[in-house]
Amino acid sequence: MSKYYLNYLDELESEAIFILREVWAQFQNPVILFSGGKDSILVTHLAKKAFYPSKIPFPLMHVDTGHNFPETIKFRDDIIRELGVELIVGSVQESIDQGRVAEERGKNATRNALQITTLLDAIETNKIDCAIGGGRRDEEKARAKERFFSHRDDFGQWDPKNQRPELWNIFNGKHFQGEHFRAFPISNWTEMDVWNYIKRENISIPSLYFAHEREVVWRQDSWIPNSEFLILEDHEEIVMKRIRFRTLGDITITGGIESDADTLEKIAQEVSGMRKTERGNRSDDKRSESAMEDRKRQGYF
Amino acid sequence: MLDNNQLLRFTTAGSVDDGKSTLIGRLLYDSKSIFEDQLQSIENTSKKKGHEGVDLALFTDGLRDEREQGITIDVAYRYFTTPKRKFIIADTPGHIQYTRNMVTGASTANVATILIDARHGVIEQTKRHAFIASLLQIPHVIVCINKMDLVDFSEDVYNEIVSQFEEISSKMLVKDVRFIPMSALLGDNVVHKSENMPWFQGAPMLHTLETMHISSDTNKVDARFPVQTVLRPQREGYIDYRGYAGRMASGVLRKGDEITVMPSGFTSKIRTIGTYDGEIEEAFAPMSVSITLEDDIDISRGDMIVRSNNKPEALQDIEVMLCWLNNRAAQPRTKYTIKHTSNEQKAMIKEVVYKIDINSLDRNKEDKDLQMNDISKVKIRTTKPLMVDSYRENRTTGSIILVDDTSNETVAAGMVV
Repeated sequence: MSKYYLNYLDELESEAIFILREVWAQFQNPVILFSGGKDSILVTHLAKKAFYPSKIPFPLMHVDTGHNFPETIKFRDDIIRELGVELIVGSVQESIDQGRVAEERGKNATRNALQITTLLDAIETNKIDCAIGGGRRDEEKARAKERFFSHRDDFGQWDPKNQRPELWNIFNGKHFQGEHFRAFPISNWTEMDVWNYIKRENISIPSLYFAHEREVVWRQDSWIPNSEFLILEDHEEIVMKRIRFRTLGDITITGGIESDADTLEKIAQEVSGMRKTERGNRSDDKRSESAMEDRKRQGYF
Repeated sequence: MLDNNQLLRFTTAGSVDDGKSTLIGRLLYDSKSIFEDQLQSIENTSKKKGHEGVDLALFTDGLRDEREQGITIDVAYRYFTTPKRKFIIADTPGHIQYTRNMVTGASTANVATILIDARHGVIEQTKRHAFIASLLQIPHVIVCINKMDLVDFSEDVYNEIVSQFEEISSKMLVKDVRFIPMSALLGDNVVHKSENMPWFQGAPMLHTLETMHISSDTNKVDARFPVQTVLRPQREGYIDYRGYAGRMASGVLRKGDEITVMPSGFTSKIRTIGTYDGEIEEAFAPMSVSITLEDDIDISRGDMIVRSNNKPEALQDIEVMLCWLNNRAAQPRTKYTIKHTSNEQKAMIKEVVYKIDINSLDRNKEDKDLQMNDISKVKIRTTKPLMVDSYRENRTTGSIILVDDTSNETVAAGMVV
């Protein structure tokens, strides 16, 4: 076989770098949506590569629900310092205080849906014309239809039935005043690709992804971490378990799995044997068959 | 996965009736790429809909409207990995906006799989699929002759369909065609070799996809480097650094190569080829790198760095095969934005040479009206030259899109003749 071909990880990396450079070239004011999860960390790492030896030429933006894992916030602040880039924070608490959104009530109340308003407000106030996300098409069925360059109308909404066709490697980011784009450089990566790459590049990720002892409660088929936001039912009981998280969202909705995987090597091994999808532990997706599609239409990540 | 595993992109063409969704479902299921919670969810839906057993086709439904109406609306991407390769499937719908979606899915594919219902043989739709695969120059075609269980796994039926297909494809430019008789429903020759068709000497579909030679699919001869952006780090150690960032479209560039910058025509030599992980000696498609030159010349986005002894043509009058993708028909004497690699200019469709009847493949020289899904040969005039190769030689530097400035939508895709 000729030596002039790339392996799959190098090809995915090159594709993502290409997309990130296109975003920079086609938009005035892009940001990376940074949640502190492994996918946005990966996108940030790829952006570092794409513009080297320059710094990442745009800010990171975090939509802060206030329901964070403390580890995530520390990780975010460390990475900002290391990269020397600006951080923009959109605060869900502020949106609540300003009466822009109302808090959900009840046992399974979360701030997941409230983020949409905060995100769209932050995009508008900061005049952002492209928000780069770590969404992947293998994550969820509505995301399988997502473009690399995905148009949002002036209400921030996604119209999945009327998307611009995307051909070859030619990306059309043209838009009118008030509209914006979402760009997804790692669209073609699977969960396994992400872990294999993180392992290969030795990218640092929050300790929450590694097996650790934590107080948890069994709810909706996964281990929900104890926190000041957790309201216990009568029959529920807090126990100590050795767990890790496969995805990171709000502390209120992210369920952990029992695991002993405490190195990247062991995590990659464990993920390759997984029989359930990673979002299977996310209660935000379990609300209905089209929970993700409905949120995405309104402007969700 | 081994470190040298490659990525293969393939598209599936066919309608629901041909068992396309069932085939994808089978491929994913038998290669153990379906997770338990996904399987659980289709089992529930199968039960709700009153299906017997698990309907694997449901696995490919995406949007709510698609689930409700039982149709596919838009291209959906699926992923699976085997110990040999990573695969990306562009699953294109059979019914609505058929041509537009298949062209989109086909534009990046290494392989087109075309489904034929063994009971019906080659039909008009098969012709359309083969034509688009040849128009988009997909390097490999796998013809899946499906539902063999409904024709008693007959070798004669298979042979008859093979010769029917060869008759239509002989008039087209499809290079590497393979035929596989299968039953996606029962799993014959998808992942596992069929016991019902011992007469078939070839490999099942998955094995074919895993082993087919795709390294030669990209052009290795003509070095083309479209500049995406210029990197000028304002920091110590890099004050004079001017890196041209981009992705190799084709060919190979090496340190020290004599290059020409198009369209200006300035020449220089490559000083360094850089990546975050260090300098490298040579870059080839599809690597993303940044290049520095020996001389300080004015280069910006849209320019192309090529080897001095092998240049593309700088053209303002271009003939392209154009596929119209938008509800709003092509407007004569209207300026569109034309996008070609990282370059962008204004363009006008000067003449519709002929339109292709997608069913008969006849050329129609009378009807010049370009509606959604129409494929035609047109002459385009651009405000400034584009550095193009013919699409047949180079899928990256031979392709363009048109954008309507009044809606900003991508309205057409073109292949340079």
